[in-house]
Amino acid sequence: MLPPRFALHRPRSLAEALDALARHGDDAAPFAGGTELLIAMKARVVRFGHIVDIKRLPELKGVRALPDGGVSIGALSTHHELANDGLVRERMPGYTELSGNIANIRVRVAGTVGGNLCFAEPHADPPAMLAALGAHAALASPRGERKLAIDDFILGELSTARADDELLVRIDVPALANGTRACYRSVGHLERPAVGVAAVAIPKGQGHSWRLRAGSLCGQPTALANAERAMEGLAANDALAALDACIEVDAAAIDAHDDLQGSAEFKRHLVTVLARRTARVALGLSEKA
Amino acid sequence: MMEVAVIDIAYKLNGGDVEERLEPRELLIDVLRDRHGLKGAKRSCDIGVCGACTVLVDGMPATSCSTLACDVDGREVTTIEGLAREGDLDPVQEAFMRHGALQCGFCTPGMILAVKALLATHAAPTEEEVRHFLRGNLCRCTGYVKIVEAVMDLINKRREEKKT
Repeated sequence: MLPPRFALHRPRSLAEALDALARHGDDAAPFAGGTELLIAMKARVVRFGHIVDIKRLPELKGVRALPDGGVSIGALSTHHELANDGLVRERMPGYTELSGNIANIRVRVAGTVGGNLCFAEPHADPPAMLAALGAHAALASPRGERKLAIDDFILGELSTARADDELLVRIDVPALANGTRACYRSVGHLERPAVGVAAVAIPKGQGHSWRLRAGSLCGQPTALANAERAMEGLAANDALAALDACIEVDAAAIDAHDDLQGSAEFKRHLVTVLARRTARVALGLSEKA
Repeated sequence: MMEVAVIDIAYKLNGGDVEERLEPRELLIDVLRDRHGLKGAKRSCDIGVCGACTVLVDGMPATSCSTLACDVDGREVTTIEGLAREGDLDPVQEAFMRHGALQCGFCTPGMILAVKALLATHAAPTEEEVRHFLRGNLCRCTGYVKIVEAVMDLINKRREEKKT
């Protein structure tokens, strides 16, 4: 089905793009890979009089090393580019594998990480992992730039903190301590994940400091906070035992609901399974006990 | 800055130069099928999931039902009709025939183009890598067995050719 008519803007610089967004407000949408936006436009779920094609903006491209050991990802980076990027492999543990498993090859080649975050479709892989890695979204507007943690950027289902005149320009991932390991696993019988869990283990004392996030079940990635606290600093076997003791409580607190992807109870159960598996991989153990 | 009601684009289609004027909202699949008579790309799910509309843009698979035609401006598009050279089928097409890797044929153009991209980007993919790469191309007839056999046979033959 054809999308409704729109005026196409093809800015050549960030300044031109911000100008177009400022002039047309909520009647304009930034357009990159189109893997989500175009399908929503075709289905008449969303309607915009102005489409601002940001694919030619050099400011939004590429992956760069940050001096502090972190990495800065241009919002236009495609999932396929990130799955094959050396810096991502080196500085964002677990992300290469995640990016190479998103949806299918056509989505990975066209779809961008910036678009994925801005569309804020909960059934997506990157948000949980980017939140667990402590990533920040950098937003540009005529007022300047601001940076928000992923947890503060994604507000809920299809909802972000991005104002109409703002553009997500890059995602900054901070340096992680040497030896940090991470793992993401998702389950879904449809194209999109029903449940995803990201585990990041940062060496601390005899054990690790943990960041655990469950994604796709509700509007935002959810911290599995009881498990994170209980596992802190413990050696591998004790950390896994602590996870076992807490994970049901964390999963039960997630605002999951019944839908085509499964019942809320089923999805909460998957959180407990994936949390154990991702934690094992992040500890350098085999995925299944 | 340009703000356009119609847009002029130039791109390569199956090796030939094309220039055309489009509405920005026009979809690549419609331009290929209705303007150029290239009916190999099939509109099926219309939401980018099934892969029946797959074409190659700059050598990589693209969902033509959900790609704006104006986005191929300056790029190179290959459809299933562009694979055979002077009547000689492409090796991937031949392998599909040899193995009976199709039944109704509806998914086949997209499947074969996805395999072309796989072979162009992987020197010697494993069966797991083949299945992973083809995950977005759905086939309701074959159960994928014959398709994977055809691709693995092609990969093994290539490997043997390199040895000799």
